[in-house]
Amino acid sequence: MLQNVVKTHGQVVAVDHISLRVESGEFFSLLGPSGSGKTTLLRLVAGLDSPDSGTIAIQKRIVNADPPHARPVNMVFQQYALFPHMTVRENIAFGLKMQRKARLEVERAVESMVALVRLEGKMERFPGQLSGGEQQRVALARALVNRPVVLLLDEPLAALDQQLRQEMQIELKRVQQEVNATFICVTHQQDEALMLSDRIGVMNNGRLLQVGTPQEIYGKPISSTVARFIGLSNSFSGVVTRREKDLCWIEKEHFPLVVARCPEGLDLGPAMVMVRPEDIHIAVGQPQRKYENTLPAVVHHVAFHGHEVLYQFRLENGATWTARVSNADAHTRSLSIGQPLHIQWATHEGYALSD
Amino acid sequence: MNHLSSQSLPVSVISTFWLALFFLLIFFFLPLLVVFGVSFASRGLYGGVEWILTWDNYRRLADPLIGVIFFRSLIFAAMTTMVCAIIGFPLAYVVARVSPGWQLVWLTLVMIPFWTNFLVRTYAWILILRADGLVNGFLLTLGIQSEPLSLLFTDFAVALGLIYGYLPFMVLPLIVAIERISPRLEEAASDLYASRGAMFRYVVLPLSKPGFMAGGVLVFIPSLGAFITPYILGGGQKMMIGTLIQQEFLVSRDWPFGSALSFGLMGTALILWFLVNRTSLGKNVT
Repeated sequence: MLQNVVKTHGQVVAVDHISLRVESGEFFSLLGPSGSGKTTLLRLVAGLDSPDSGTIAIQKRIVNADPPHARPVNMVFQQYALFPHMTVRENIAFGLKMQRKARLEVERAVESMVALVRLEGKMERFPGQLSGGEQQRVALARALVNRPVVLLLDEPLAALDQQLRQEMQIELKRVQQEVNATFICVTHQQDEALMLSDRIGVMNNGRLLQVGTPQEIYGKPISSTVARFIGLSNSFSGVVTRREKDLCWIEKEHFPLVVARCPEGLDLGPAMVMVRPEDIHIAVGQPQRKYENTLPAVVHHVAFHGHEVLYQFRLENGATWTARVSNADAHTRSLSIGQPLHIQWATHEGYALSD
Repeated sequence: MNHLSSQSLPVSVISTFWLALFFLLIFFFLPLLVVFGVSFASRGLYGGVEWILTWDNYRRLADPLIGVIFFRSLIFAAMTTMVCAIIGFPLAYVVARVSPGWQLVWLTLVMIPFWTNFLVRTYAWILILRADGLVNGFLLTLGIQSEPLSLLFTDFAVALGLIYGYLPFMVLPLIVAIERISPRLEEAASDLYASRGAMFRYVVLPLSKPGFMAGGVLVFIPSLGAFITPYILGGGQKMMIGTLIQQEFLVSRDWPFGSALSFGLMGTALILWFLVNRTSLGKNVT
């Protein structure tokens, strides 16, 4: 759909030669920190900005020259951008009214959309009289009622509180499956992207770093930037001194030898090792034999989260690592801050990356 | 209420409130009260005010001749307001949507006329409009017109002067109103298949209503009572309320009738204000 698209804002390259194909019916998320160019990319697809170079095609039709109102695309804006002087009904009907659809058809479409997003009984309210979650639903309905080929969502859940966000994530997924439209969603929440998406594109500094299914992105990040952004914070840099099939040996001064899984194409030389927080095992006293890799560490911080406990450790080189332990395991031992111990992981749980 | 407010508000706020009330009382309400009193008095033989109380001054307002003058003033004021809104909106939209640097330039341009006295600016129009003025000179030189157009001392000149004089009062509140409309709403409208025209009609114009209301009052009320413009640019040929009041006070020296006319004008403005608010309030509730 996107071919070599470039967009600059003054001196800043917001979107840097991005090529991307989103399949029909797919829930695709653009994940990246703020300022990574993901919103700009969305606006380019919507036609609210135009690219400096490259082509944008929707259903094989190049739409570069089309204004927003001529594209079969609708957008859910970050702060919803609901029309404050119109009722819920008028907001949802706006797009169809502008397309001069017959009144009866408009009414029927609005009714069915209101049922889909569960807003019955709120039709005559104004946006100012609705809660954040309800406004979100109106924004969704207002865009979806036009049956767009692609629905663009710009941080759709960012303005909601934690609980509501989780509810709306489920809701969003349900709606997407029911209408079977292509969704392109911009978010900076990795858990949201992992949960909702069929595929994810990780963006940073205007570049698309990796595109893949949530499993691929989480399981095989191609670079340390992607890994860090997907929530894999435990890492150290070393040198690959030997590799054998899909394993490699990484050395670092004052560190024991570490063995980790190794992606294809990683040569001998500097590299990064990543371990997921949930794969860290804590050994108080004697390290266990069944885990190949062991590092000495000191307990730095303990955060109780109810269903799980997050431990932070200081390594000997000063780095901070996190271990995520389910509460069922955690309550059996009590770690105190400053306590020296060992953290361990198995060979297949470590992952080497080019830095 | 006084009891409540002195409990919850700091002393400085309360004293400021009383000070403001005091000044309002002395400089606004008291003179108004004097004029109200005079409107029930009688004209003395040589133009003084004699305290013989009477309804006569108000009865004279019912004179058809006065009615015509009121009606003419209302038409001029309504037309001025309308034209100011039509010219003012695009101007205000541009000023509200340009970059902050350009906005300062535009705002300065809008306000520069205020740095010169209104009377002087009105006289300047005479130089432009009169038979050997700028407009006619231009038309004659280019040969578009063989005879000079008579522009000065016409309804056209009065309307032009009023629109010129009060346009900033429409533009400034409109800028404030338009600036409050998020550009996201315009993008949303255009994303939802609204053409540029439809976007203005259904989104920007309705949301600019507070600006039109404030601007409308600021233009309508003073142009209803305007007297400098009809007097200078209209040559005082067609009487308006403003010129009539001025004449009653300064020429005919009939202060009581002038006062009654002033209150008639105020009453008209108040009734119109009430009507406009009632209709717009009714719209907002449903």
